[in-house]
Amino acid sequence: MKKSIREWFAAWDADRFDLTASAAGPMHGSAKSEPPSEPKLDEPIDRVAAGEIKAFQMIYPILAVVLGTVMIAFLLLTVFDLPPFGAADNPTSNEVALRYVRDGMAETGAVNLVAGVILDYRAFDTLGESHVLFTALTAVLILLVTVDNRYDRITIDEGFERMQHDRIVTTTANILMPIIVLFGVYVILNGHLGPGGGFSGGAIIGAGLILYGIAFGFERLERYLNFRTFRIVCACALCFYSLSKCYSFFCGANGLHTIFSPGTPGRILSAGLILPLNLAVGIVVACTMYGLFSVFKRGKI
Amino acid sequence: MGGFWNLLWNARVSIAAVILFAVGFVTLLLHRNLLKKIIGLNIMDTAAYLLLTSLGYIEGRLAPIVQNGNTDPSLYGNPLPAGLVLTGIVVSVSVTAVMLALTVRLYVRYHSLNLDEIYAMAQKEHGVN
Amino acid sequence: MEYFELLLLGLLVICGVSTCLTKNLLSSLVIFMAYSVIISIVWALLKAPDLAVTEAAVGAGISSILLFLTLRKLNNIRKEAEHEEKH
Repeated sequence: MKKSIREWFAAWDADRFDLTASAAGPMHGSAKSEPPSEPKLDEPIDRVAAGEIKAFQMIYPILAVVLGTVMIAFLLLTVFDLPPFGAADNPTSNEVALRYVRDGMAETGAVNLVAGVILDYRAFDTLGESHVLFTALTAVLILLVTVDNRYDRITIDEGFERMQHDRIVTTTANILMPIIVLFGVYVILNGHLGPGGGFSGGAIIGAGLILYGIAFGFERLERYLNFRTFRIVCACALCFYSLSKCYSFFCGANGLHTIFSPGTPGRILSAGLILPLNLAVGIVVACTMYGLFSVFKRGKI
Repeated sequence: MGGFWNLLWNARVSIAAVILFAVGFVTLLLHRNLLKKIIGLNIMDTAAYLLLTSLGYIEGRLAPIVQNGNTDPSLYGNPLPAGLVLTGIVVSVSVTAVMLALTVRLYVRYHSLNLDEIYAMAQKEHGVN
Repeated sequence: MEYFELLLLGLLVICGVSTCLTKNLLSSLVIFMAYSVIISIVWALLKAPDLAVTEAAVGAGISSILLFLTLRKLNNIRKEAEHEEKH
């Protein structure tokens, strides 16, 4: 029994990188011709290392399965001690949530209480999140733009080039792209009135830009979104967010009077700073999503 | 329906979250393919979010969007876990992007996605001491 | 409604397990995409519509696109390396 499990894992692992959709040969360039780390090792020290790795590989799956089972068992034991699912007197719905629901609309002006929580009561959280996104894009840029010059040719991808002349793709993109972007703008602008907000709307707009880039090529997209615009827009949005939130916390967070009144809840121009903050977050997210795609696709923005 | 089944029924979302967490964790440990490891981490992420969100759900209440100006607290669910998880989703996407970039770099360097092979090659390159 | 929720949770677990067990990397990514869509429906059922919208856009859209792109890029790098080995 034990051996068969081991064999099964070995068979499973041997096939680990098989891209049958496009691979006309072994996907795994170097590994198929030489099985893992044995033939070329002639120095004794390497042989020791290879032996260690082999022994490790043998106990590895069994260890992991045992660990997984034990973990499931322990977590299940804990889960049965949790308060029942869906009960109204759970400890999670304490006075904080009560206050957010009771006074949230009057204090922030947002009908969507989640938007009120993440963009007013806990806006520094969201600011950090935007910065995490921006930092991730920076890290990806650093990692992928300086990839070996040898592989520069890779960035010219024939498959995508062919797709740009495909009538189905271009027609579909022509029809869908305005609708997707319009829907993204709607989701951002309605963030304080209904489900949605900066993150989802920004991701939708980013998806629309990605579709446009795939269908019509990056050259056409670059006419209005090049790296310069990208940097300026992102930096402006982040700075606007930071400054407005600093202002808000400086003079309004404790219930003092601000020049941005909550307005009438339910109208589109209400909820004080939440609408502009949603816009800023949406711009950052849309730019970052498109930027990530562009960096992964061709190594630059 | 015995007491045990009632217990299972009451904890159904948490049980799903626990199983998904363990599946993701085992994938993270077991697979040597880096892309599979990334997918496993994503599954672990969603499992944690599922548990968090299920704690904010209250049976028979509405989503936390005020209807007709009625702010009675006994009408709406808990908006706090949703707000926290919203942050988490976006952060997990950023983490995924950075990990994928690192994977591409490793592949360019070693032409392999197998972590053990990469490790052996790196050891061979730098010498073992 | 509760049975629908149960069905979705079961599908979620099946999708998660089969994502990890599938040998073919491409189909595993497609199953992961389906997993994201299912979890966005689960969040709509758990009365968190903000999460549902965000997950549908971010999880099923952007992060799957990134994974596919990475697979494609790795494929291209491999082809390039094989091309260089021949010459």
